Amino acid sequence: MFRKEIILPILTFVCIVIIWELITRYSGWSHQVFPSPLSVLLSLQELASNGNLLKHSVASLFRVSMGFALAVILGLPIGIVLGLSKTAKYLFNPLFQFLRPISPLAWIPLAMLWFGIGDLPAVFLIFLSSFFPMVVSTSTAVESIKPTFFQVAANFNFSRYETITKIVMPAIIPEVTTALRITITIAWLVVVAAEMIAVQSGLGYMILDSRNALRMDYVMVGMIVIGIIGLLLDLIMQLLGNIESTAWGRLSK
Amino acid sequence: MGTIVKIMSHIHIKNLNKSYLDRSPNTANKKDHRISVLENVNLEFEDGEMVCILGPSGCGKSTLLKMIAGFEKPTSGEVLIDGQPIEGPRSDNIFVFQHSGLLPWMTVWENVELGVRHLTDTEKKKSRIKEHINMVELTGFEYHYPHQLSGGMLRRAELARALAVNPNTLIMDEPFSGLDFLTHMKIREEVVNMHELIKKTTLVVTHDIDDALIMGDRIIVMSDRPAQVKLEQKLDCGRPRNLGEDKELKVLRDEIFFMLGVSYAV
Repeated sequence: MFRKEIILPILTFVCIVIIWELITRYSGWSHQVFPSPLSVLLSLQELASNGNLLKHSVASLFRVSMGFALAVILGLPIGIVLGLSKTAKYLFNPLFQFLRPISPLAWIPLAMLWFGIGDLPAVFLIFLSSFFPMVVSTSTAVESIKPTFFQVAANFNFSRYETITKIVMPAIIPEVTTALRITITIAWLVVVAAEMIAVQSGLGYMILDSRNALRMDYVMVGMIVIGIIGLLLDLIMQLLGNIESTAWGRLSK
Repeated sequence: MGTIVKIMSHIHIKNLNKSYLDRSPNTANKKDHRISVLENVNLEFEDGEMVCILGPSGCGKSTLLKMIAGFEKPTSGEVLIDGQPIEGPRSDNIFVFQHSGLLPWMTVWENVELGVRHLTDTEKKKSRIKEHINMVELTGFEYHYPHQLSGGMLRRAELARALAVNPNTLIMDEPFSGLDFLTHMKIREEVVNMHELIKKTTLVVTHDIDDALIMGDRIIVMSDRPAQVKLEQKLDCGRPRNLGEDKELKVLRDEIFFMLGVSYAV
């Protein structure tokens, strides 16, 4: 049971906590500036038991799922169309390539003006952060489908609809699951930033609010929870890529 | 008025030419520099015939097959099937791909089902799929995905899928390439037996002269690019054939080897 891939990561984290403890003990920094591991742990327990942590996590997760889901629902079909049609590609690809490198955070002023205060601007920013990578990776995946598969489709008299459901969609599953993994990570990065401006809830808001109250222990609790949830989101997406029907993608390449 | 009985060959290739725009760097800026792949090919295949097409690699054999399948359009000339010019790929004209054409996200069963998916009678559909999977001895592997099958099994599965459609023509592009020696022999034997059984027009492109001599009702040897028909030879001897004992086949074999640039046949 003493397996390297389990023992070594734990060892790293243990070392980090020990170094952290040593710094807070001997660096001379006050606990207000650099809280010790133990005080962060106690704060974590406090925030968890009074329900604040859950409330903020749920708020953040809600915004991420809304924005992310919207990006996937719109991004996948648009990506497929761009991948299949040269006309659509030349019409819209330059626009998407142009908008893609603009950080979603640059949209904050406009998002607040357009959508006011509340969940909407945050959802909008997350949507922007996920939509463009989704479109681009989907269309690239469609373009890289082996021509043989389209020839098979033509040979067996597939309709347009069948070509999309039986060839295109299954063929891009491996690339799309990878894209989902990368995109959800970006979305999670953006939600925290988005919550520092327009809302009264969420982990981003919690961090900002704790900073204003000079509670660095709460700030650190926020960071740790963000890290853990981010890991879990990635794990879920990874499991999605492991289900049976997508196994061919990993095994036949 | 008397009825005009037109005796027509099943597949008729008339004055077929195919050339591509040359995109190699040193000729890229010259306009209209075309590489000719096929030049003035005229061939007729009879219904139910097994035709083996031989030629040096890269000579355009596969291009010829792809035009017969409707995947590619001729530059000039035409391919007629039962008198009708071929407009595009169709399901009575099934292509068996050199590198597996099975859809990797579908099981053997689902792949074979592709050709019979429009059958409304579910029981009939099931039995048709079963029958063909059984025919290629893949019973027990119905729910395996292509990546779980060996090279020989992949060929068999694709053959089952092609035959389940009940096509008029079977077009096979190097059906044995990449197989180990024994599997090659076995699958070849199966294709021959299958052909004896169902008598569908079967076109096989191969670079293996022995394959052609063992299988073909007719052998066609193409020249180097641009490919032209160099030799067309009907084989009247029955099957199974024995290359070691049949004198005529041996002579023909040496002749083809010589034609393809090998002086001492192995």
